[in-house]
Amino acid sequence: MNRDLLGIRQLSTDQITDLLRRSDGYFLQLNSIDPFRKSSLLDGRTVANLFFENSTRTKTSFELAEKRLGATSVNLSMQTSSLTKGESLIDTVNVICAMKVDCVVVRHSSSGVPQLLRKHLPDHIRIINAGDGGHEHPTQALLDAATLQAKLGSLKNKKIVIIGDILHSRVARSNMILLNKLGAKVTLVSPLTLTPKYVEEIFGVRVVHELADEIKDASAVISLRIQFERQSRSLFPNLSDFRMRYGLTPLRIMETNAFILHPGPVNRGVELDNEAADSEKSLILQQVKRGVAIRMAVFEWLFEDK
Amino acid sequence: MDVLLLNCRIIDPVMGRDECGVDIEIISGVITAIGKKLKSKAPIKDLQGALIAPGFFDMHVHLREPGQEYKETIETGTRAAASGGFTGICCMPNTEPPISDPFVVSFIRAKANGNIVDVEICGTMTKSRKGEELAPMQALFDSGIKMISDDGSAVASAEVMRRVFEYGKMFDFLCTEHCEEPSMTKGTAMHEGKISTKLGIPGYPSVAEDIIVARDILLAEYVGGVRYHVAHLSTRNAVQLVREAKSKGIKVSCEVTPHHFTLTDEAVETHLANAKMNPPLRENEDIQAIIRGLQDGTIDCISTDHAPHASHEKETDIMSAAYGIIGCETAIGLGLTNLVHSGKLSLMKYIEVSSTNPRALMKLPQIKISEGEKANLTVIDFDKEWTFGSEHIQSKSSNTPFIGTKLKGQPVGVINNNQSWWRDKD
Repeated sequence: MNRDLLGIRQLSTDQITDLLRRSDGYFLQLNSIDPFRKSSLLDGRTVANLFFENSTRTKTSFELAEKRLGATSVNLSMQTSSLTKGESLIDTVNVICAMKVDCVVVRHSSSGVPQLLRKHLPDHIRIINAGDGGHEHPTQALLDAATLQAKLGSLKNKKIVIIGDILHSRVARSNMILLNKLGAKVTLVSPLTLTPKYVEEIFGVRVVHELADEIKDASAVISLRIQFERQSRSLFPNLSDFRMRYGLTPLRIMETNAFILHPGPVNRGVELDNEAADSEKSLILQQVKRGVAIRMAVFEWLFEDK
Repeated sequence: MDVLLLNCRIIDPVMGRDECGVDIEIISGVITAIGKKLKSKAPIKDLQGALIAPGFFDMHVHLREPGQEYKETIETGTRAAASGGFTGICCMPNTEPPISDPFVVSFIRAKANGNIVDVEICGTMTKSRKGEELAPMQALFDSGIKMISDDGSAVASAEVMRRVFEYGKMFDFLCTEHCEEPSMTKGTAMHEGKISTKLGIPGYPSVAEDIIVARDILLAEYVGGVRYHVAHLSTRNAVQLVREAKSKGIKVSCEVTPHHFTLTDEAVETHLANAKMNPPLRENEDIQAIIRGLQDGTIDCISTDHAPHASHEKETDIMSAAYGIIGCETAIGLGLTNLVHSGKLSLMKYIEVSSTNPRALMKLPQIKISEGEKANLTVIDFDKEWTFGSEHIQSKSSNTPFIGTKLKGQPVGVINNNQSWWRDKD
């Protein structure tokens, strides 16, 4: 059976460990004196980057990974508002088939689109989920885990705190599943308005609403991006109120040795003050590097034993 | 239409009758004889013990015509209804243009004329379903409308709803509300609960439905005497609110759909947009409350909310997919399987909620299965085990999560308006 990467949920712990191990190799290569050495792993393969939702860093990261492995990349930016019905997804599927691609990297603002594509695309086309709605963003969770492991070693029993808008976050969901599989202890810190109901039970995490001392004994903190438009929907009063409650301010980071991660782009002065974003504890740029390595590892894994 | 039906089981709540091994003679669409071992010149149809019930009535069907004929037409929608065992339906007014004036009513009546299925028509409550000004109720009443609704959305303003109740009461309209507090459901695509948390899909909380049910009950009590009907009720709290209102003597009634007593929000994980409904599929506790409501009479009837949509509107991402599923063809199979064969509801009670009660709410004469009466009958193979498949769909659309579902009990024919429809043997 051909492999896909639809979500972290479908991966076994062994598969996750395997992917992380593979990515370490690519990471070393990217840090070597010849980082742009091309591999021929994806020679003759065509990968379609199908981005229905805006993305700069994820798309760039995938493109770099594809090019370094020798694939031909095509970009289909099909930004549609989630509420307009103009573009039929089925039509898009037919377009992809007609282009004879080998792999589709898909991002969409609705949960479940990779699963829907899997239902409609022929079996030989592999699918990578580059983020679907509030559901999953598996490569982000993998690159976060690779970044964390590089600093912390095994994540077993390590306290990882995820701060911010959990409700709308696919990054949070994929991270909760993955960190649990690796044995970490996950604590969510989020306002009640941005905390999905029953999240403790569904994801097996601890939930608190006050930042207080939570980061003092944490090994790492993953701060999530807050979308400004949530404010107009009464989900929090304003950015400064949010920063006061959940922002990583200089005072707060002084109290902890925890590493700081953020999926980007950072709202400086909201989730992270400059003192946090630029501190020695910040792993934000490491995450970006690991991102390319993880995506190369995912391609390798998808296309091996063919 | 002349026929001699052999070996029937007549079940008729109005006459209080449940009799096996009976023959029925129908001449020119009228029941002329009922008895054992009847002789007749009419063509014979051996029903081999099938149920004969008063014709089923579905109070909540979207025929989509005029305006959205690519989804369904009056012709295909009534065919779906007949093959689902319904001899009467009420079509909902969210057409294009909406059923806000007598011209649209005349158009539908003309198209439905001569059909085996009686088509009652629901008018809008407010002009063009905008929730702002009252629909022209006298004109709608004069064109034969008995029910009004802005179905598809709730009347958001309490003030407008109060006036709908007051003005509508003068015509004794059944005022049917789609109970959804719109400010709480914007941009949602499924029930808010464990599954929406797991899938990261914005959730429509039960309380958004309950708030409107509660508000409307208070308004109906305040106005006094208006007939208020909750469309496609889906939550445990709404069942309780209706129960309490009924015990206080408020004229409130409600309906549930087969999908809301069959599926939970977990269906979204496998069926994606084909499990996207409004109101959404809820939780197991809600199903249990609905079943108790059917048992104790809190819930008056089963309606399908038959909502055809074209494939490109459903086989798409869940946020932009349309709400609803087709329901006529699966209603009896799901009702008998999940309510009657499972021992939760007696067959007699099931027929009441499928025929007697909706007809009473629509102010239609009750069907009696007796000599001299017009034959308006639903024929059901009560023990037939079958798997629902696309070959059973008569609707123009096929948006349903029930393809492949095993069912027990199948509608096999309907007789009405001096016509009959029979299912070919599978």
